[in-house]
Amino acid sequence: MSEWTLFEVFIRSKHGLNHKHVGSVHAVDAEMAIENARDLYTRRNEGVSIWAVPSASITATASDEKEPLFDPSEDKVYRHASFYELPDEVGHM
Amino acid sequence: MYAQQVETGTKAIKSLAEMGPEERAFQEKIDAEIKIEAKNWMPDNYRKTLIRQISQHAHSEIVGMLPEGNWVTRAPTLKRKLQLMAKIQDEAGHGLYLYSAMETLGADRDEEIEKLHSGRAKYSSIFNYPTLNWADMGAVGWLVDGAAIVNQVPLQRTSYGPYSRAMIRVCKEESFHQRQGYEILLHMMRHGIQAQKDMVQDAINRLWWPSLMMFGPSDAESPNSAQSMAWKIKRHTNDELRQRFIDQTIPQLELLGCSVPDPDLKWNEERGHYDFGEIQWKEFYEVLKGNGPCNRERLETRRNAIQDGAWVREAAVAHANKKQKQQAAA
Amino acid sequence: MTKYDELTEFLLRLGDSALIHAQRLCEWTGRAPALEEEMGMMNVGLDLVGQARNWYEYAAERINDGTDADTLAFRRDERAFRNLLLVEQPNGDFAVTMTKQFFYDAWQFHLLTMLKDAGDERIAAIATKSLKEVTYHLRRSSQWVERLGDGTEESHQRMEKAIDTVWRFTFELVEKSDAELVLSESGNIPALSELPEQWLATVNNVFAKATLTVPDEPSAFYLSARTGMHSEHLGMLLAEMQFLQRAYPDASW
Ligand SMILES: [Fe+2]
Ligand SMILES: [Fe+2]
Ligand SMILES: [Fe+2]
Repeated sequence: MSEWTLFEVFIRSKHGLNHKHVGSVHAVDAEMAIENARDLYTRRNEGVSIWAVPSASITATASDEKEPLFDPSEDKVYRHASFYELPDEVGHM
Repeated sequence: MYAQQVETGTKAIKSLAEMGPEERAFQEKIDAEIKIEAKNWMPDNYRKTLIRQISQHAHSEIVGMLPEGNWVTRAPTLKRKLQLMAKIQDEAGHGLYLYSAMETLGADRDEEIEKLHSGRAKYSSIFNYPTLNWADMGAVGWLVDGAAIVNQVPLQRTSYGPYSRAMIRVCKEESFHQRQGYEILLHMMRHGIQAQKDMVQDAINRLWWPSLMMFGPSDAESPNSAQSMAWKIKRHTNDELRQRFIDQTIPQLELLGCSVPDPDLKWNEERGHYDFGEIQWKEFYEVLKGNGPCNRERLETRRNAIQDGAWVREAAVAHANKKQKQQAAA
Repeated sequence: MTKYDELTEFLLRLGDSALIHAQRLCEWTGRAPALEEEMGMMNVGLDLVGQARNWYEYAAERINDGTDADTLAFRRDERAFRNLLLVEQPNGDFAVTMTKQFFYDAWQFHLLTMLKDAGDERIAAIATKSLKEVTYHLRRSSQWVERLGDGTEESHQRMEKAIDTVWRFTFELVEKSDAELVLSESGNIPALSELPEQWLATVNNVFAKATLTVPDEPSAFYLSARTGMHSEHLGMLLAEMQFLQRAYPDASW
């Protein structure tokens, strides 16, 4: 068993972008997790904001749930801009 | 390579027809270059092999800090000191990225480290050689990190998603390591006094063969290669990678104006590769068994670090628990 | 023995302290109590070597006899070093290391906060940049002091012992100096008269949270970095750190 808790780390690399999962750190509390994440994942200016979440608190989809969860959206092509054919005259939209 | 011999637990590779439906779906995904992610089904041996391979790799990064730590207190200028400190710190970071990837497979970092400390897990043979002069800091960056890069670049496309992503991060940082190493040597050769040039040649003489051993035994001696290749957790054979490393390194060696301690090394026009002499595999296996020049010291240092630090880690946990209780009561 | 003007001596005091402290941190390589701490200690070390280089470069320009940052770091003897006695003390266990770190960080933090408004623009610029780094260092070491002080029985005892070991060297952090008075009167730096109180306030504050006792005011005795009167530890540290430059004086690295 680990002595310290495992935290998942999410980093926002630039203002305006979403936080992205980058990996994990071990820490005794959230505060330490943020600092360890800062020392580990932002040594080269990679981040402007960090989230740390105890790994145990993350609920993930299981692989066998893939079909019911994601397949239904597969045929909703009308949600994507590329579905709509517009004449060239319209220009960039 | 940082993971030189990884047991896969499989004797013969199954064909798709011999696999059950789950395993077949898994292998087809790999064949189609689709990444396997933590929550996906995977054969038990794939998981175990990966845990062994990634942990071996991670242990190597951590133990690899020690030969350089031997000189970080003696770096000759402020610039060199900063560069070496940053490099060593990166190696600790690589270890942590890799342990983090390993933990997605359900392995526990502290338990795997315990296996290293009790001698049940391996790490790269190269870090069991002593660093005896400042030029070793150059030669380690150039040759050792160079060999690691040759190995790690293909692993960016490895089949296991978290491992692949960790390798992408590692590779991005490694190129600085090799360049800083080579620059140390080039500067000593071009602007140094004779004593410095001698250091460079001495470092290359000592580290050349051990660097070639990093790629692991010959393909014929690597019974686990085929399964690892089928799983795409290894993408080229040991011999292929070793040859690639030699071919790219020799021109850099010539630019330095140095030589390698191998009388058989020469360009083979027909093959389009360098030929090279026989590697002393006896030495390699001795080092792997724990009988290298620094195996004992390296492991002892790591063991002591974790043992001496136990009270610190415990105190941190105890303090966090106290704080949590106070907050709950408030 | 060369004694430079007040401003140069002041720069050396800052540069030497940063370098010697970083050198002690380098000794921890591969030996930290947790892998995460390898990263943390090295980050602090990197910041400090960078700061030392900045102070040295300015000092070297003022000395103006061909000296550069590297000669200042690697070619002076212990009697010429102006670093705080505190930072040259051996690392001991993690409690001693962290106690030294915290005392030093708190001192740097308050000093740099004042220096960022220095009349000397060069000092102000270096202080402003360094302060960002040191703010983080102080936060980190304060947290560790708190964790270890108010952690387990063992960690608490180790902290009390560590404080007892290094407290006597903190007189330098709270002493008022004539040289610095000269510098503030000439407008190079702000008055540093509040520094001792501020340093002590930070120590009191963190120690209270850490359930640690602040000892009585330390008193100066014989040793003083301002005159290069060091403990015996500095010489051995320099012998190691300066080895290559001393053994191969004509070499280029
Ligand atoms: Fe690495
Ligand atoms: Fe490495
Ligand atoms: Fe590296």
